[in-house]
Amino acid sequence: MIEEAEKIFDTRELNVNMGPQHPATHGVLRLVLDIDGETIVKVTPHIGYLHRGIEKLGESLSYFQALPLTDRLDYVSAMSNNIGYCVAVEKLFGIEVPERAKFIRTIVGEMSRISNHLLWLATHALDIGAMTVFIYCFREREWILDLYEMICGARLTVTYPRVGGVRNDVPQEFLDSLWKFTDEFPSRILEYETLIDQNRIWLQRTVGIGVISAEEAVSWGMTGPTLRGSGVPYDIRKHMPYDAYDKVDFEVPIGTTGDTYDRYRCRMLEMRQSNNILRQLIEKLPAGPIMADAPKFLLQPKDMMMPITHPTKELAYVIEEKACKGCGMCLRACPAKAIFGEKKQPHVIKQDLCLQCGNCFVTCKFKALKLIPGGKGMSEEQLKELAAGPMPEEITKAAEYMVKHFEFVKKGPKVPEGELYVATEVPKGELGFYFVSDGSGKPFRMRLRSPSFIHAGVLPRLCKGHLVADVIANIGTIDIVLGECDR
Amino acid sequence: MNTLTNIISPAALDALIQFGILVLIIILKIVVVLAVGLLHVAYATWFERKVIGHMQVRLGPMRVGWHGLLQPFADGIKLFFKEDIIPTQADKTVFYIGPIIFMAAAMVNLSFIPFASNFAVAPDVNLGLLMVLAFAGMGVYGIFISGWASNSKYAFLGGLRSSAQVISYEIAMGLSLVGVMIMSGSLNLTEIVKAQEASVFGMYVIPQIAGFLVFTIAALAETNRTPFDMPEAESELVAGYFTEYSSFRFALFFLGEYIAMIIMASMAAVCFLGGWTLPWYITSVLPFLKLVPGIVWFLMKVYAFIFFYYWIRATVPRYRYDQVMKIGWKVLIPVSLANIVVTALVKILMTKGV
Repeated sequence: MIEEAEKIFDTRELNVNMGPQHPATHGVLRLVLDIDGETIVKVTPHIGYLHRGIEKLGESLSYFQALPLTDRLDYVSAMSNNIGYCVAVEKLFGIEVPERAKFIRTIVGEMSRISNHLLWLATHALDIGAMTVFIYCFREREWILDLYEMICGARLTVTYPRVGGVRNDVPQEFLDSLWKFTDEFPSRILEYETLIDQNRIWLQRTVGIGVISAEEAVSWGMTGPTLRGSGVPYDIRKHMPYDAYDKVDFEVPIGTTGDTYDRYRCRMLEMRQSNNILRQLIEKLPAGPIMADAPKFLLQPKDMMMPITHPTKELAYVIEEKACKGCGMCLRACPAKAIFGEKKQPHVIKQDLCLQCGNCFVTCKFKALKLIPGGKGMSEEQLKELAAGPMPEEITKAAEYMVKHFEFVKKGPKVPEGELYVATEVPKGELGFYFVSDGSGKPFRMRLRSPSFIHAGVLPRLCKGHLVADVIANIGTIDIVLGECDR
Repeated sequence: MNTLTNIISPAALDALIQFGILVLIIILKIVVVLAVGLLHVAYATWFERKVIGHMQVRLGPMRVGWHGLLQPFADGIKLFFKEDIIPTQADKTVFYIGPIIFMAAAMVNLSFIPFASNFAVAPDVNLGLLMVLAFAGMGVYGIFISGWASNSKYAFLGGLRSSAQVISYEIAMGLSLVGVMIMSGSLNLTEIVKAQEASVFGMYVIPQIAGFLVFTIAALAETNRTPFDMPEAESELVAGYFTEYSSFRFALFFLGEYIAMIIMASMAAVCFLGGWTLPWYITSVLPFLKLVPGIVWFLMKVYAFIFFYYWIRATVPRYRYDQVMKIGWKVLIPVSLANIVVTALVKILMTKGV
């Protein structure tokens, strides 16, 4: 009878649009499901709802300036992305990072792995319906974010690692708190596992779902725990160690069947390994500098600018009448429109409008701009008089340094020409940065190999033949973040 | 008065007045049950949030009133004043009717439940048990209709899942209660409680443990609670059949769901846990417990059952649709059928033997 009905009526699959606004698509992934009853016939992922052009933006920024963009890739483990970027740029520059910085970076990288896996477990479990695991995981993730806050003030988009090292040294309280965390964390993992690890429902929902063989997983380009669940022990930390990974002892957990449960087990074991790594690193953490010594390539400390940036007496910017050619550059650079004057006539700064930003100072080619310490509140005649004389030596030095620094930031260092691909192991898989350098301070091309993008492509393969509920399990198991996928 | 007696005979007037008093009493009972019932529903939500909150190492609602005690009212007021959005492509009439059917079906059941030895809106309904089952099954019409009328695929799938689920679990639930019917020999809920009080164990949960387990699981599925919350699986179908509902229509679904939950808990209390009575072996040891009014025991049993619901919700993940069906048809129904056979055999042997 059904066949007869099918002859009369034109039957086709129900077309369900899942996302971009959907509670379980982890951001703005859009899946178009063709379903026959509850069975998936076809899944078509649509991406690009979070495209911000990070790769293109990177081409117009110098190597230092593009660093904060990488926070916005995989925003749940920003630290790892920063490290990936820094490692790549350092290789391009050919500079060596001091030991302590390497260790600190590895520490924060492993913290980010734990926090990422916690978020993954939380959302994956919530998608499958176990809501208590969600809260438990966030409790520990909160701890890690607090630790981040302790070292750099930010919790999510940290930008803590720098090209050539890290921004700040870690305080002792941080290490103490982290040690305490590593002490307690294994028992917390057990806590999550009591809820789901041997739970019949969890097993029924994950075992045999989204099975992918080792060969197929490799040919799809899968990486990270998603690949290791299929039994391929590929881990960049082990095979191409960067930072301090060659100085610590750890195992790479792998699965056997390549189903959702195996990938879950892999990540759970990985958290334990990360915990071990953290303990080793804290024990071995050496003393020393935290930034590489490479003045040709790296931003130099700003202490030399102190007389200008943090003056003991309030400063005033004044234009020396004789030196000013009236080119108008400073007039354009002034954000407060405090500079007045005709073309080819000496310009004047209205002191009550001046914001003391120093933009005019760095733009002036004729060195007509002068800094008068304690000049604030003086009359215009007095200032004019002082401007005719020489500046104090410390101010002159600081000013020269500031101009250099400014140009270095804007233009970037002179980088060796060539192409370079450097991959690091971020929690989600292999994050690769590909640079084409034309010798200038900005990359000619910057491209990313993001694991989320590649894993999103595997979704149709994983979901085929399963039920609607398994799509959710599969989205969870490949652990994607759309910020990284869409870039 | 004279004119009245001229029209109606005094005897008829008496009968009329008595009838009026009866109606008044019933109306009063309805008002009491509705008011108290709805209050219980409101606080069941608060209770749920608190219980689950504490299970998840957080506090639950704390802001509105002392320990969030006024939270249910704040929620109610918020829902009442929200904009009522109706999708333009929805089938409007049916869209309106859906939540009303769902809510009404759940509310009617409140009238059959004997809360205490002599208190029920409709006392001594001879088919009380069947009526409750029937109206509990009615609710699915509301779900299905609203899923269909929303003209949304998520809602539609939710409605489909729900109807399939409720139909399959209705059978298991009905069968699990047959054991109780056989043991008590009645379908009257009050009679069932009285029969339990007179029985050896004082509660049917002990001899009918298989039936009780099946009933508990089926009750979870019947009220769309975790781990059987397929129809509204938030991570798959957004909100299932009430995806498109907002404002007070959404609140009706919400209320209906919690009333259904209380009904199921009451059914468990009445049919398996001895309703408002305590087993004789407890009262003989602690005779002062007899002084406590029956409604207290009833409510304690109901809330213990509801607590169990919440506990499960905080603990387990969600089943997949096909697994739910498998459990219903391949496990629960055979188990309850076996339970019926065993109960019937024992009953025959006992009566024949005596």
